[in-house]
Amino acid sequence: MIAYIIRRILYAIPILIGVNLLTFVLFFLVNSPNDMARFHLGMKRVTPQAIAEWKAEHGYDAPLLYNSAASGVKKLTQTIFFQHSVKLFVFDFGGSDDGRDIGYDIRQRMWPSLAIQLPTFVVGLAVYISVALMMVFFRGTYLDTGGVVLAVVLMSISMLFYVIGGQYLFSKVLRLVPISGYDSGLSAIKFVILPIAIGVISGVGSSVRLYRTFFLEESGKDYVRTARAKGLSEIRVLFRHVLKNAMIPILTGVVVVIPSLFIGSLILESFFGIPGLGSYTIDAIRSQDFGIVHAMVFLGSVLYIVGLILTDISYTLVDPRVRLG
Amino acid sequence: MSAAVTRVPRIAALLGLFIFLLVRPAPLRAQWNDPYPAADGNRNILYAAFMERPKRLDPAQAYSADEYAFISQIYEPPFEYQYLLRPYTLVPLTARALPQPVYLDRHGRRLPADASSGRIAYSVYTIRIRRGIMYQPHPCFARDASGKYLYQSLTRAQLKGVRTISAFRHTGTRELVAADYVYEIKRLASPWIHSPLYSVLSHYIVGFRRFAHTAARLRAALPKVDGKPPYIDLGRIPMAGVKVLGRYTYSITIRGKYPQFLYWMAMPFFAPMPPEADHFFSQPGMARRDLTLNWYPVGTGPYMLTVNDPNREMVLERNPNYHPDFYPRRGEPSDVRLGLLKDAGKRLPFIKRVVFSLEKEGIPYWDKFLQGYYDESAISAESFNQVVHFTPGGEAQLTPSMRAKGMRLVTGVAPSIFYYGFNMLDPVVGGYSQRSRRLRRAISIAIDTQQYISIFRNGRGLPAQGPVPPGIFGYEPGCAGRDPYVYDCVDGRIQRKPIATARRLLAEAGYPDGRDERTGKPLLLYYDTAETGPEAKANMDWMRKQFRKLNIQLVVRATDYNRFQAKMRRGEEQIFAWGWSADYPDPENFLFLLYGPNSEVGGNGENAANYNNPEFNRLFNRMRNMENTPAREAIIRRMVGMVQRDAPWVWGFNPMEFRLHQAWVFNVKPNYMANNDLKYLRIDPALRAADQKAWNRPVIWPLWVILGLLVVMVLPAVFVYRQKERRSAL
Repeated sequence: MIAYIIRRILYAIPILIGVNLLTFVLFFLVNSPNDMARFHLGMKRVTPQAIAEWKAEHGYDAPLLYNSAASGVKKLTQTIFFQHSVKLFVFDFGGSDDGRDIGYDIRQRMWPSLAIQLPTFVVGLAVYISVALMMVFFRGTYLDTGGVVLAVVLMSISMLFYVIGGQYLFSKVLRLVPISGYDSGLSAIKFVILPIAIGVISGVGSSVRLYRTFFLEESGKDYVRTARAKGLSEIRVLFRHVLKNAMIPILTGVVVVIPSLFIGSLILESFFGIPGLGSYTIDAIRSQDFGIVHAMVFLGSVLYIVGLILTDISYTLVDPRVRLG
Repeated sequence: MSAAVTRVPRIAALLGLFIFLLVRPAPLRAQWNDPYPAADGNRNILYAAFMERPKRLDPAQAYSADEYAFISQIYEPPFEYQYLLRPYTLVPLTARALPQPVYLDRHGRRLPADASSGRIAYSVYTIRIRRGIMYQPHPCFARDASGKYLYQSLTRAQLKGVRTISAFRHTGTRELVAADYVYEIKRLASPWIHSPLYSVLSHYIVGFRRFAHTAARLRAALPKVDGKPPYIDLGRIPMAGVKVLGRYTYSITIRGKYPQFLYWMAMPFFAPMPPEADHFFSQPGMARRDLTLNWYPVGTGPYMLTVNDPNREMVLERNPNYHPDFYPRRGEPSDVRLGLLKDAGKRLPFIKRVVFSLEKEGIPYWDKFLQGYYDESAISAESFNQVVHFTPGGEAQLTPSMRAKGMRLVTGVAPSIFYYGFNMLDPVVGGYSQRSRRLRRAISIAIDTQQYISIFRNGRGLPAQGPVPPGIFGYEPGCAGRDPYVYDCVDGRIQRKPIATARRLLAEAGYPDGRDERTGKPLLLYYDTAETGPEAKANMDWMRKQFRKLNIQLVVRATDYNRFQAKMRRGEEQIFAWGWSADYPDPENFLFLLYGPNSEVGGNGENAANYNNPEFNRLFNRMRNMENTPAREAIIRRMVGMVQRDAPWVWGFNPMEFRLHQAWVFNVKPNYMANNDLKYLRIDPALRAADQKAWNRPVIWPLWVILGLLVVMVLPAVFVYRQKERRSAL
């Protein structure tokens, strides 16, 4: 397995270089270094001299991808792309264009994101699996049909509606929790209850339908019939046998998102005033901060690759037939 | 029965217990939805919100309203605007008096105060500051028992683990001296600071540009530390026009006569900067730890920034070293009626702590304001009708539900203008011929600004009649000040000319019924804008509709802001929307937007329309240096008349600001020049606590209903399950 993981990590290097290059090209298609300087220096009374100095100070005075004025390998290394990319591979994110330490900001902001995302993920998974298994148990009954209709209705509603509706009902009308805000430690509980609940409920429709399909497929198989014939209770059959055998398709979609939980949720964090990473990239795009955009896209790619590797490993845990080699 | 089924009642019991714990009668605090710590409920704290994080808190760099909201409470320039008086009046803040400039001719000989501008080569301002003003407690001033600075030569080991300014245990302070003001002016000239005022000041302050070159050269010659240029003591590098004359006195010499210079000196750009602070933050390793002047301001003002987490909240605490400062005793006559002089002569500031929370979305911000958790709020377009209605006389009033809560509405016309500009370099809409003037006037009549204000701004604005907004010297209200080419005066009221007039002007311009009489082709115009997205669509549709009144086809070229700016710089736009907010309350700050040498194309200036009328330019040069006299007013009228005739802008509107304040907030008066207004505000925390309690009693019964519904839903399932489990196989 170790050889497999090493191979996957090596495969990741060209992928990350490609992602980096693509991010770079897309960013500079929309923003030029002059635009960035003008934005960071303010909109009023910006002089060409100040723009030139800002670019020089922030390393945006070199050519973008190819330095024809340089010689040898410097044609590639004395460029904005190289200078701003190479350190990322040792996870040195450097500073944002307004001078902040990106690594420190990420470390500070990932905890509030996790405070929402982790419980949402765990509670959500438990709820989705339980409800889906319940629907399988009552398959063919009005409960099952009603559940499917409800799931379709729930998945058709925009996340924004859940957020605004939830805030309106629980914070404004019933006045049970704060509308928005955040605090550290245990004081954070009153702020995160509602976003977690909304995060869970907003995912019920799609997840339950999907998992129900997985479980239904398994529940018709011979080993399930055998289990029932042995006299096992239906609960035991579903949770011990059906669930275990339906784990591979569930893990495919679930494990891959675990590392990305750090990244947070843009909508939830914006509306609930959670100081997480959810809006970090969007704010950086708005403020034309290449340092942050670059770092966050890189981090997102790394986390996604880690998620894929973890998914592969998790297959071996739930299905002994799977061997990584 | 299976084990799982026996667990169901147990799980239900646990769930019930959990919900009971959740909804049990509230303990001490009545409000469950209070976003602030319970202990702060009755304290003298003002709660406000910010929607955009301030980018820079260094007074040499900050220039936006988001930034001034904070730094104006911390830094103190020598002068400030009197809080209550209108028109805006400068008064001393840390200075002992407003300086009277001494005029010199080009040989350095003193001239009389009434000397003509042409003779004045230099103006010398001598500022005497008050004694005994102390800085806020800060580690940059901390010294040990022997008087040696504690944190001015930090080692790597000392900085290990330090991420915030509060990590430095010791603080100190010292008295404000004139050299601190001079030091800050030198920072404004330092090229590596990138002050937005560099270009303006380099025209005026004697020796400013030379200082910049010298400082840059000396800094470049120093060996780098950690790959970065080290601290350079700006105090040692002389600037010819800025001198320390004594411990409490300094002088600034500027070229020519420029009365508006005092206004600049009332902005945070001219606040004092202790060299200790600059040195402290310039030490190696500080910037890497986000310890910079942009993050941790050091001032003498009424407040100091104690929490700077712009992703969540920023907290200002009363500066314990704040010098004696008192609520103004003079105001406008209406201020007495409004109770704005009740605190006259009392020591400032009133509020102990100000908590600014980040609210990125308008809905939570507004809802929290209605719950009493914010002390003031703007009114969004969506909530406007819920809050405000207009009387038949056009007066804005709060709706009964808002009045019942004791809220107060404060309105004012901001010294700003939003306008549609024509690129005067454009071959179709630009130029100074009678034909192009008529075309622009026709469009000016067709674009119904009043309708725009009604539809898109809930009536919050005044149709502008020229570049000078209300509240600024030279503005002429009523029919006399109207643009006679666009508006008529009917029964003493300004009324837009009928569209037939615009059609006639269009025909006279050579475009009868919107077609070019020479080619017969329809007139096609281009509107460049950086407004994109669905929310801009209604705006663009409205704009097209205005041009359709004249059968002109309008093509909207919406693009991102970068492209839009690039077009503007190259003069590739035809018609565009733009705006300007006053830096200071002087007509020069608006008329310079139409001054030829200040053109965007070629001049890299703020004259986005590239209007260049030699007579206007000549009058501008005369007017800019004059005192506010009738003669100056007459020149301004002539200049405004010229631009009304040439119509380089469709005048657009002067925005009206509507702000709501809770009943427990006092001394609120909009002052669009004074940004340091927090020190004047007073609150009644007891009234707030009572209202918050009354407005936010939790409603618990729906939770029991939800629990009941869950039970009702689960019970049949349990019943079916048990039936299924008991059923025999055959």
